[in-house]
Amino acid sequence: MTEVLPEFRVVRPATAQEAAAAHRDNEGARYLAGGTDLIPNVRRGIGDPDLLIDLGGIADLKKIEVGANGARIGAGVTLAHLAKNAQIAAAYPAVITAAKSIAGPGHRAAGTVGGNVCLDTRCVFYNQSQWWRESNNFCLKYKGDTCHVAPKSTYCHAAYSGDLAPVLLVMGAQVEVTGPEGSRTIALPDLYGEDGQNYLALKRGEFVTAVLLPKDVLPTVYEKMRVRGAIDFPLAGVAVALRRDGDKIGDLKVAVTGTNSRPFIVEGIEELVGGPLSDEVLDKIGDLVQKQVSPMRTTLVAPFGRRRIAAALARRQASALFAG
Amino acid sequence: MTHKRVLSLTLNGKNRQDLVPDNMLLVEYLREVTGNTGTKQGCDGGECGACTVLIDGEPHLSCITLAATVEGRKIETIESLAVNGRMSALQRAFHEKLGTQCGYCTPGMIMASEALLRTEKKPSKDTIRTALGGNICRCTGYVKIIEAVETAAEEVAS
Repeated sequence: MTEVLPEFRVVRPATAQEAAAAHRDNEGARYLAGGTDLIPNVRRGIGDPDLLIDLGGIADLKKIEVGANGARIGAGVTLAHLAKNAQIAAAYPAVITAAKSIAGPGHRAAGTVGGNVCLDTRCVFYNQSQWWRESNNFCLKYKGDTCHVAPKSTYCHAAYSGDLAPVLLVMGAQVEVTGPEGSRTIALPDLYGEDGQNYLALKRGEFVTAVLLPKDVLPTVYEKMRVRGAIDFPLAGVAVALRRDGDKIGDLKVAVTGTNSRPFIVEGIEELVGGPLSDEVLDKIGDLVQKQVSPMRTTLVAPFGRRRIAAALARRQASALFAG
Repeated sequence: MTHKRVLSLTLNGKNRQDLVPDNMLLVEYLREVTGNTGTKQGCDGGECGACTVLIDGEPHLSCITLAATVEGRKIETIESLAVNGRMSALQRAFHEKLGTQCGYCTPGMIMASEALLRTEKKPSKDTIRTALGGNICRCTGYVKIIEAVETAAEEVAS
């Protein structure tokens, strides 16, 4: 990748409101957080912004507050700082597991919570250089009219692969967003949509300013599979939250990343609550995951492998959590 | 017309001010504006770690960082490590333990290791491997690189 960056201006607002106003006033504006995904993409001719609004100067976005009602993690907190936070480690250890597992140290030092939650969807036909994509007539996600992964599809199949989202989903997180029209809070599942091109349900100019976690969360674990032990995005990542009541499952939630255009909570799992965690139930968990994940040819690893990986991760973690 | 700004920062212990375009990468600024060519451009996309420099003591990838976003911060490159013209313990260990083959990944490897040794005085092999997880050596000299970091840690501790 040797492309030079296109021409753009950079502004560094001091508040979220100023950032939103700068976005409102500039048609070609984009928000810039850690830049670990955005800058390589812009270098590859994806996006072509006129203005980058650097969110790194907004002090309010860099705070982590843990109190009686739960936690508020500012969207500008870097993944490296999140991974070192003792209060989060005590109350929400799976958040730390996920944060530490993202990319490599250099990415975690720059990458932010907000950036990871809103991570652009990825595909072998999208994350390529300008000439590569151009010689392939581009793709549905950007500048083209065909999804090369599913040519008859009317929407983009690029995969979402943020690591924090599945953990935050099973914990029942909300996100606070700010835009030109003010701030609002939305449940995390409502932030995402099953379309790789329009995967975030944000209005124009809105950006995530904080992640809110409830006070009490279930014991949670997160595990992912990737080609190498660092840098790579997950082929599949699974968060499982489980509370054991005696010999029964007291509560259970499973969420998956890396396989679909959005991270999602696996449906139907709630029917297993109240029963034992037998081999049959583990099979049922695996089946539910396999049926709901829809990995496509967005990575170099075959989709059927990623489907089975997701199911195996869910089974293994549910089993480990139940054993305690 | 490219928009430019006056960028003020601390580079290797010295304050500087330079006129830089908004769309200039930190690695271009370091190599082409300040002449510190020790920092290498490898993959150019944040995948190999060759361009690793320290920003406020943390390892960052200068090929995916805009110079305009490091205003007021403290940048350290491989050129800052030598003491009075002599190699630092870490540099010497890379040299003596053959942690350097072609040498292209070395500045990034050393800066990532430097960040680690400032916070962990006696890192385990696993900790070193994790800290260097974002740095790729295409000569695949990882065993000797990890040995070099261990040697440097021991030397500094004694």
